[in-house]
Amino acid sequence: MAETTGIDNNQYLTFTLDGEVFGLAIGKVREVLDFTTVTRVPQTPAYMRGVINLRGSVVAVIDLHQKFGLAQTEKTVNTCIIIVEIEMDGETTVLGALADSVQEVLDIEPDQIEPAPKIGTKLNTAFIQGMGKHNDEFIILLDIDKVFSSDELSQVQSVEQQAETV
Amino acid sequence: MQDQQKEVFKEEAGELLTDLEQALLELEETPEDTELVAKVFRAMHTIKGSGAMFGFDEIAEFTHEVETVFDLVRNGEIPVSKELISHALAARDHIRNLLDAADGGEIDVVRGEELVAAFKSLIPGANKEADAAVADTPEPGAETGAEITYRIRLCLAENIIFTGTRPDGLLRELAELGPCRAIAQTDGIPLLDQLVPENCHVYWDVVLTTDRGLNAIKDVFIFVEDDIELKIDVIDEGDYLDADPNYKRIGEILLDRGDITKEELDAILAESKPIGQKLIDASKVSPGKIAAALQEQEVVRAARSQRQAQDTAGSVRVPAERLDLLVDLVGELVTVQARLSQAAAGREDSELLMIAEEVERLTAELRDNSLNMRMLPIGTTFSKFKRLVRDLSNELGKQIELKTSGAETEIDKTVIEKLNDPLVHLIRNSLDHGIEAPEVRKNAGKPAVGTVLLSAAHSGDSVEITIKDDGKGLDREAIFAKGLEKGLVHADAQLSDNEIFNLIFAPGFSTAKEVTGISGRGVGMDVVKRAIEALRGSINIKSKSGVGSTITIRIPLTLAIIESLLVSVDNDSYAMPLSIVEECVELSREDIARAHGRHLVHVRDQIVPYIPLRQEFLINDGAPELQQVVITNLNGNRVGLVVDEVIGQHQSVIKTLGRMYRDVKGISGATILGDGSVALILDVNHLAFKAEQAV
Repeated sequence: MAETTGIDNNQYLTFTLDGEVFGLAIGKVREVLDFTTVTRVPQTPAYMRGVINLRGSVVAVIDLHQKFGLAQTEKTVNTCIIIVEIEMDGETTVLGALADSVQEVLDIEPDQIEPAPKIGTKLNTAFIQGMGKHNDEFIILLDIDKVFSSDELSQVQSVEQQAETV
Repeated sequence: MQDQQKEVFKEEAGELLTDLEQALLELEETPEDTELVAKVFRAMHTIKGSGAMFGFDEIAEFTHEVETVFDLVRNGEIPVSKELISHALAARDHIRNLLDAADGGEIDVVRGEELVAAFKSLIPGANKEADAAVADTPEPGAETGAEITYRIRLCLAENIIFTGTRPDGLLRELAELGPCRAIAQTDGIPLLDQLVPENCHVYWDVVLTTDRGLNAIKDVFIFVEDDIELKIDVIDEGDYLDADPNYKRIGEILLDRGDITKEELDAILAESKPIGQKLIDASKVSPGKIAAALQEQEVVRAARSQRQAQDTAGSVRVPAERLDLLVDLVGELVTVQARLSQAAAGREDSELLMIAEEVERLTAELRDNSLNMRMLPIGTTFSKFKRLVRDLSNELGKQIELKTSGAETEIDKTVIEKLNDPLVHLIRNSLDHGIEAPEVRKNAGKPAVGTVLLSAAHSGDSVEITIKDDGKGLDREAIFAKGLEKGLVHADAQLSDNEIFNLIFAPGFSTAKEVTGISGRGVGMDVVKRAIEALRGSINIKSKSGVGSTITIRIPLTLAIIESLLVSVDNDSYAMPLSIVEECVELSREDIARAHGRHLVHVRDQIVPYIPLRQEFLINDGAPELQQVVITNLNGNRVGLVVDEVIGQHQSVIKTLGRMYRDVKGISGATILGDGSVALILDVNHLAFKAEQAV
């Protein structure tokens, strides 16, 4: 799904992580689920929360909190899993991302989007597609393909490293 | 529709080419076998015919040339020689290229002509003029449309001449469309006193062969459509494969045309006596001889029709995607059936329970059958290698024979495809580096002809493929030295043979003094290893200097659904293949203490090492009083896995964990349990291997 269709090019699904509002291009989002039991897979980095059963398929779930260097997501009644479809190494992969809460779908015109600031956010700015302006608020628009780039995700920490963090 | 037919042709031609190659190789071994020559000829003839029919003209033309030569061989005018076989194999390759080129590639006309010339030179006293013309007679089907023969019954209205139409004009127009024969039927002509000269009392039966199509015929009559009765039937489709010269018998034709009714035909046929009877009546032959002749006819007919039935009832061609779809659906069914069984167990309804059991049994059968559909005997891959060995040994100037065993071993289709390249590489290595030149072998007291043995066998839940050669073996010292050079080992490291041989799998590793076209660049072995590992398999080398080498590849039978044993560790469920499980024993705290820190357990006088999964998964606390050790048998080695609880048997549909988890070792997949939760599938081989290394 490299291209989103013309109709929903400007629509973004907004969700919160630790109080900040983020946006994802709607073309990449498949569905939103309530937080269900996630089965942890041993010997994987902490931000890979585990896998879930999505109507018969096994889908990996990433903890965005931990990916962005924040503390682990705490489960509340609002916690959701956003199922996204991303391009990785030329293949389309379905993944889940943990979010504190999911808000609404917003229309943000390209002229409302400013380039990512070099400093000022807690994130690695490579992930940021731009800053969308909506009602005097800024929404960090994530480039979801970059968030889940294969170099970082296929790395499996060695057992010793993990034993240290535990 | 056209494209679909072309695809079918390509598939069938591909198969014919494979059979052709095999037949040619066999023919080389037994040049007097006329049955093989006939087989080769038939294959070529079919390719030529189908090719012409589907518009693959270059293939048809080229094959025609080769077929002509083989016709001479069939008649005994040209002997089967090594040269002929080599040319024939090269021709087969050329046809293969033409087939692939039909998708839009370059057609190597020059090569085609070269080969044709080479063939012609084998014909004793060949006509050199014939070289110029590559295609002799244009095949009928090679024209734009197929030549179809029509039966036309043309009845004109009586007063047709008054409307200005001349019947002979119409007939002439028809004749312009193609070769045409008309017979005027005069049975409609009334007696002289009722005859009106200006009326047309005649109708015509016309047989016309044309490639212009039905519409062209109808166009001839376009102006008189209302005044005529026209009946057009297709009686021969110009089908190249429908080349049976025995067309319908007269009685059938008359029946088709409606000139005679079935009852009339049957009555007349019943009147005539069979020829046997007539001969007896004329006292030419005794009844006993007739009976014997009839018997012979019956027997041969029965044998032939049985053979035909065998051929046609053999197999059905199914696109691979459909099989995949079927396997997916069966997988879903298995999952839902697990839920049904679970739900039925929870309710106290005995009828429901019975039904659930029945469903479970049927699902298991369905699962086994559908998964088996994707299994193909590895023999097809093996026979390809015979060709490879032949060509390569000629190129290298060595004498090498390829022996195979276990060709009927069945493996999943995709695994066979993925194994092809690694096997090719390993065989090439054996031929290039392993087997020595004939003189060297003779000096060493070995037979001049080297042997490479390729075998496949089922072993437990895996398939074992071995490549064994009686060449000079791996040079342990040279490998060690190279490893040293590349910094892979320390100078004073004590390495077992196995470890040294495994060094050759490192990228860029080669002890070859020179790089040949075949190998030596150091690129192949690590690619082979990675390919095997991608199939979750393992590769092992044993070698003895001067005697030979044996390479063993083990691949798990990648079935999408396996019988597994469910266990739990720390409230998480895990599954392992049931085929490797031998037994389960209890492990109490005392048992652990008794081993003094070593992971060993006593089972009926045997000491079995175990892997504590809690430790493995870094769960440090909460182990129950009584744990269970699941004892598995891996290639003859017994290894135990310590779990909290053994839950039971489970039909597990293997789901991959996806790209994210591609590099995770120890877990080979996941499966969904009856209650919807996910259980991880353990890669016991890896866990055992890791434990071994850690010691």
